[in-house]
Amino acid sequence: MKSDHARVVRTRVEFEGEITDELALIQGDDVEAWPEGAALEKVGRPTPRIDGASKVTGRARYTHDLRLPGMLHVRILRSPYARARVRRIDASQALALAGVRGVLHRFNAPKAAFRGEETIFRDEVRFVGDEVAAVAATSEEIAAQALRLITVDYEVLPHVVDLEEAMDDASPRIDEKGNVEEAAKHERGDVAGALREADVVVEATYRTSTQLHNSFETHGAVATWDGDLLTVHESTQHVFGVRQGLQAALRIPYGKIRVLCENMGGGFGSKGGVGKYTIIAALFARELGLPVRCVLDRGEENLAAGNRSATLQRVSVAVKGGRITALAHDSWSNAGQGRWVADPTGPTKGLYDVPNVRARSYKVMANTGSLSAFRAPGYVEGTFALEAAIDEAADRARIDPLELRRRHAAGEHDPMSGLRYSLKRLIDCYDIGAKEIGWSRRKPGGLRGSAPGTRRGLGMASQLWGGSGLPPAYAMVHLNPDGTAVARIGTQDIGTGTRTIIAQICAEELGIDVDAVRVEIGDTDSPYAPISAGSLTVSSIGPAVRLAARDAREQLLEIAAGIMEVPKTELRMQRGSIGARGALRSIAKVFEDLQNYTVIGRGARMPNPEDVSMKTFGAHFAEVEVDPRTGEVTVERVVAVHDIGRVIDPLTARSQVQGGVIQALGFALTEERHVDRATGRVLSTSLEIYKVPTVKDVPKIVVRFVDVPDTEANNIGAKGLGEPPIIPTAGAIANAVSNALGIRVRHLPLTPRRLLQLVAAAEAEGAGGRGAARPS
Amino acid sequence: MLGPGAADVAFEVNGHPASVHVPPHHTLLDALRDELGLTGAKRVCDEGTCGACTVLVDGRPTYSCMTLAVACEGRSIETVEGLAHDGQLDPVQQAFIATDAYQCGFCTPGQIMSVVALLRANKAPTAEDVHRAVAGNLCRCGAYPGIVEAALRAARARRR
Ligand code: FES
Ligand code: FES
Repeated sequence: MKSDHARVVRTRVEFEGEITDELALIQGDDVEAWPEGAALEKVGRPTPRIDGASKVTGRARYTHDLRLPGMLHVRILRSPYARARVRRIDASQALALAGVRGVLHRFNAPKAAFRGEETIFRDEVRFVGDEVAAVAATSEEIAAQALRLITVDYEVLPHVVDLEEAMDDASPRIDEKGNVEEAAKHERGDVAGALREADVVVEATYRTSTQLHNSFETHGAVATWDGDLLTVHESTQHVFGVRQGLQAALRIPYGKIRVLCENMGGGFGSKGGVGKYTIIAALFARELGLPVRCVLDRGEENLAAGNRSATLQRVSVAVKGGRITALAHDSWSNAGQGRWVADPTGPTKGLYDVPNVRARSYKVMANTGSLSAFRAPGYVEGTFALEAAIDEAADRARIDPLELRRRHAAGEHDPMSGLRYSLKRLIDCYDIGAKEIGWSRRKPGGLRGSAPGTRRGLGMASQLWGGSGLPPAYAMVHLNPDGTAVARIGTQDIGTGTRTIIAQICAEELGIDVDAVRVEIGDTDSPYAPISAGSLTVSSIGPAVRLAARDAREQLLEIAAGIMEVPKTELRMQRGSIGARGALRSIAKVFEDLQNYTVIGRGARMPNPEDVSMKTFGAHFAEVEVDPRTGEVTVERVVAVHDIGRVIDPLTARSQVQGGVIQALGFALTEERHVDRATGRVLSTSLEIYKVPTVKDVPKIVVRFVDVPDTEANNIGAKGLGEPPIIPTAGAIANAVSNALGIRVRHLPLTPRRLLQLVAAAEAEGAGGRGAARPS
Repeated sequence: MLGPGAADVAFEVNGHPASVHVPPHHTLLDALRDELGLTGAKRVCDEGTCGACTVLVDGRPTYSCMTLAVACEGRSIETVEGLAHDGQLDPVQQAFIATDAYQCGFCTPGQIMSVVALLRANKAPTAEDVHRAVAGNLCRCGAYPGIVEAALRAARARRR
């Protein structure tokens, strides 16, 4: 008999590089993971998305598409100053405009807590784009017109927007304690000693730029009240997080809030919880008694909806006797107005077996919009710096850079925790990738390009990430009398195909077709599921779904045993039927006498094992062609190899890897937020100026998986794949360019202008004797 | 408000006559989404850089956010909602599903309309042709490899 009682357990969880012990409520017992080589019929098979038809017909409804009767529209007045005190607001003219229903600002808005502050309209606005007032009107156009009729009296204050300027003691202080704050530090071994005794020491400074998410569906919410019940539709990665944020802001019970997200047009980390726009929509809707829509436009999206921090990083690598003996990494990240910061030193601490490591990471505040998690926050920036420095060290020590990494990649224990890895196939990733890209062609100093004057290079970088998932997560599976099923779970699909993997797992356990499973997600009235971020969706909800389906199956078998008069242990469920030694009966037939009965299965995500370290690993290899006369870099091929445990759906997994590589391509070569230092204005708020990759920029991408289940991690043997493919691409490209030209790439994005400057600098240095910029 | 007031505009949408009453500065995208409830075409940039709002106007792929509704008088508009017939998806739609040519799906309606227009004009496009056809359709999720594959696959399916 299964133990149905709920109990609280302690579990080790990892979220975006942070490991913490948490309490989780669980129910029931776990089952063994499907072993390697298990004969599975649905899981592991390429499965087109079950919601594909809704996406290709335009039927898929996104928050942007919602039109409710009587719905009002909100536009937000944003600060034109990087820092200012809001002294007075006169909204009388705006309110007099026909169609305007209300104006909210700091002098009339009710208190509503948001990220540690008491109100959503600050008295001191701290970046260009900070919310100053909001107008609700019968159309967006009228609301926008009304914004121009609001007069605000600002007292302008000194500001600083640039990372390195903000670090300077002479710059304006945004916070009394100063602009720079230590965020993380780690030290093991004797770094100073290793640096002293090394054969080769590389010490270099790396810079990465602010990347903007530019989710295609901008942030937004539609709020409506039915009496005291608040319903919010929001484009979000975490419906339960939005509910929690609304509860805190409005001080109403959870039972009176329902958050829905049927489909979302991308998030990439930036849609982790409630937004000010959500609270504004809810406040207006309550006050005005009508549905209210508050959706950001593209410009606002790029001002006030998060970003990946720009970084300044110093990395030292010591090599002695053909091995890396020490790594030192100091990193500063521009958090803007953010209250946290990602840690770019994560990969330095945990990726390679290196005995002596020192890492320090600092948060720097500035008068720009808050950072938010952006797909592998910190790890994308940090992996570039670390892997570029390791390549530089390998070149100087005259060791093949892949070979140097191999010497530090086979360790079976996590250098941070000392725990054994549940599964680590990094060396396999190297073998597969090296063969696929033709690594043996790589020559120090690069190869001749396809056209006269061009150069060709190969580069690679490794990837470390978590992605083992975490409790709590719960699922319910309803099995209908005709053998179809409905799975309910309060997760959401950020675009990775979550519904499909749920259906596959369900179908696998129930022995029914994937098509026979309907999946209901994106609703806080369903069982709790965690945020769709940190590569933890599949590994958190998948095991719960499996247990829920299994619970339903066991119950049905129990019923069938009675009806068929066969012991339950002899019954099998497959292909929509229940059978025992020759006798086969369809599920519908078993149900026949039971009237309109539904079997309800429940499952909970069990705690993570305590005694192992569960990580994802991978390696990307890039081949580039570079024209040193134009500064143009053409990435011709990227080979992406990942070790993420069992792959549930190879079709959607491939898309995720391609998508990660392409987003990283933008980070490496074209994407950069430009902010005017004098005014603090963001100049690159449109997709015209901010360059995301187009179809023509995309290299040939080869995707490979090691695809061995991590049977210790959880009962489906799968880990996450959201972030891994964005992590090592920029490092691989930078190293390939360095290989092609013999010039070190230390500043991303590597725009033609930056590359030409590097070429010019190297030539100038070369004129005075071959300088340090070239590999020896 | 200055300028001429709202006007009646009549056109054909997905084979059916439609009329809207819109101010002269409203775009075709406004009319489709807000007046006709056809929300397949998406508003992503609203300034002609992303292609998410692509529809066919007299068969030509067009950024509906850059096209005034009043300029569509008498024209034939096709949107993603009109591609399937009798529950049967268009080969391009089928190919998008088969190759997983999307992630979040927000750019998908625009991508599909660009590919549909290409395949009508060119029965046997090369990958290069597909690149040119969807060069004006951005995808932040990076679904491009699947999109190109889908276009080629749909072309093959059509030829059979
Ligand atoms: S919304 Fe029309 S091109 Fe972007
Ligand atoms: S699928 Fe998300 S923008 Fe293209």
